[in-house]
Amino acid sequence: MTALTTTLGRAGGVNLLPLAVALIAFVLIGAPSSWVTLTVAGLAMGMMLFLMASGLSLVFGLMDVLNFGHSAFVSFGAFVSASVLAGLGGWLAADSWALNALALAASYLAAILFGLIAGWFFETVIIRPVYRDHLRQILITIGAMIVAEQTILAFWGGTPYSVGRPAFLEGSWIIGDVSIEIYRAFAFALGVAVFVMLYLVLNRTRIGLLIRAGVEDREMVEALGFRVDRLFIGVFMLGSALAALGGAMWAGYETLITPHMGADLMIVVFIVVIIGGLGSIEGTLLGALLVGLMSNYVGFLAPKLALASNMILMVAILLWRPNGLRPAVK
Amino acid sequence: MQNTGTLIVKTSVILIFALLLFAPFLFQDVRSLEVAARICIFIVLVASFDLLIGYTGIVSFAHTMFFGFGAYGAAILLKTMGPGWTPVILGALAGVGVSLVFAIAIGLLSLRVKAIFFAMITLAAASVVLVLASQLSQITGGEDGIIYKAPDLFKPATKLLTDADGKVVRLWGVRLNGKLAAYYFVFFCALALFLVMLRFVGSPFGTVLKAIRENEARAEAIGYRVVAYRTAVFCLSATIASLAGTVYAVWLKYTGPDTALSFAIMIDILLMVVIGGMGTMWGAVIGAVLMILAQYYLRDLMGAASEAMTGIPLLPELLAPDRWLFWLGIIFILLVYFFPKGIAGTAMAWGEKA
Repeated sequence: MTALTTTLGRAGGVNLLPLAVALIAFVLIGAPSSWVTLTVAGLAMGMMLFLMASGLSLVFGLMDVLNFGHSAFVSFGAFVSASVLAGLGGWLAADSWALNALALAASYLAAILFGLIAGWFFETVIIRPVYRDHLRQILITIGAMIVAEQTILAFWGGTPYSVGRPAFLEGSWIIGDVSIEIYRAFAFALGVAVFVMLYLVLNRTRIGLLIRAGVEDREMVEALGFRVDRLFIGVFMLGSALAALGGAMWAGYETLITPHMGADLMIVVFIVVIIGGLGSIEGTLLGALLVGLMSNYVGFLAPKLALASNMILMVAILLWRPNGLRPAVK
Repeated sequence: MQNTGTLIVKTSVILIFALLLFAPFLFQDVRSLEVAARICIFIVLVASFDLLIGYTGIVSFAHTMFFGFGAYGAAILLKTMGPGWTPVILGALAGVGVSLVFAIAIGLLSLRVKAIFFAMITLAAASVVLVLASQLSQITGGEDGIIYKAPDLFKPATKLLTDADGKVVRLWGVRLNGKLAAYYFVFFCALALFLVMLRFVGSPFGTVLKAIRENEARAEAIGYRVVAYRTAVFCLSATIASLAGTVYAVWLKYTGPDTALSFAIMIDILLMVVIGGMGTMWGAVIGAVLMILAQYYLRDLMGAASEAMTGIPLLPELLAPDRWLFWLGIIFILLVYFFPKGIAGTAMAWGEKA
């Protein structure tokens, strides 16, 4: 038994969980072609969830601040990018591949920019006065979420808003009897790119070193003379921008968005953060992939249990590891 | 001990209860009675939530879940067994039972960890229950909910007192019929539950809860088992919320996700508790009354104001009735910043300084 545990640990330990889930699902589903489709969908969903959840997790790890209003960035990102795409309708409808891509890039950039600015505003105005007071943090960020949702309602109205998608991301590749939606593959690739970038920044740069040290022991880093509070604003803005990007990608994925989308996704994002363990982006990635795969497999096998399955997954993992799979915060 | 602020708060709460007691005679229209009954239910619901957030310092987002268990328990049994008292009592018991199982499970699983984890886990649990309730439509009626009949005593056609001609007796112009009985059922249930909670927070148990809120490590060091106390108060609050749900289900004769489970109700409860004042049972009463009156009447007022302002740029848009939650959110944020004790808490503290 111990030998088995060490072998598993050497092979990757908890990192193997998504693989295990995929294997079990393969046996249960039986048909390889639908399994591939579901897996790609799950991975794409997982990467988008990762974008939304990573900021939340880092912010909590660094400053012990949990932002219940994080979903506002997701919704705003989705609506801002959808509006930009609608505004650039000419480029989107154009026959040129380059113009299409440019419109998409512009919409993502707009979402990221908005996320950065909104994150700065949110941190300085809303959260700064209630550091270290969890109860008031929860209350205030909930209040901010209400106001943000109502603001979206005021600007874009309550009816579902349709989102344009560039032509080159429409349709799917067909390999044998397997069909893969191009947008899903694209979302996955973009998510992986962002993860690699985040990973390199956190592990290979001086700023990243400080962030990781701050998550581990903030007082010590402050005692060494670094301004963790300034670092924190940066991390908060980055997290909001990532959430906005995640929202923008989710908008393209769903193609119809409502002001409540952020609040609906928030539940899943919380589950991801709890499963992964607070404060580490590797843990968040793991949680996001697990949740993404799980909801797609269960959605196929037993549609009514889709959301409940995430909950059961969370309970099971919390019973096994009360702090999540790979926590950075003790 | 009793300062002016506390006296004012307590007097106004007693006044509110007196008004509610005579509500059917004072405000003789259907809508007012509806508002009064809703206020009674929400006083209980908000006060039981205050046990958690105000007295013990734990934030739960699953309070509507327990409210919904009680409501659905009564609703499902009233639908299948037909109107009568047995299904109401059985439904109440079933609701309380399910609530207790969930409360103990969630409590033991997550009350050991940080407050924030608990908040997230309850939020996840509540949303799963909400989705299940709308998906298991054979049992719960799905999005449409369940319509059923209340016990015979509460039918509008029931005559409580008849005069010589066999007609319903009128007292100060109010027919003594089943509707009145239903209202008083709601009122006295709410009053009884509220008094139980008031007694509870004054007991030694309540004092321990406050000690845990103020300094958890110290309470633990003195020898109180913090997790056990937290789980106990979570169960108590869940039980009361579930009973309130049953009463509301009997009053409304309809139960659906919107009236018993939705996240909007949770937000309402949160707003009421914070506006009224956390950590005082009195605050729950004040918060519930103000919020529900605002919900029912302020929107009309805003609509009228918005129409009166037509022609002036921007103002009508800002005052439109749809914007009311927006303003409420802003007021809520300002309240948490500047008056974290809410109306009741601030009034009580204000008297102390003077």
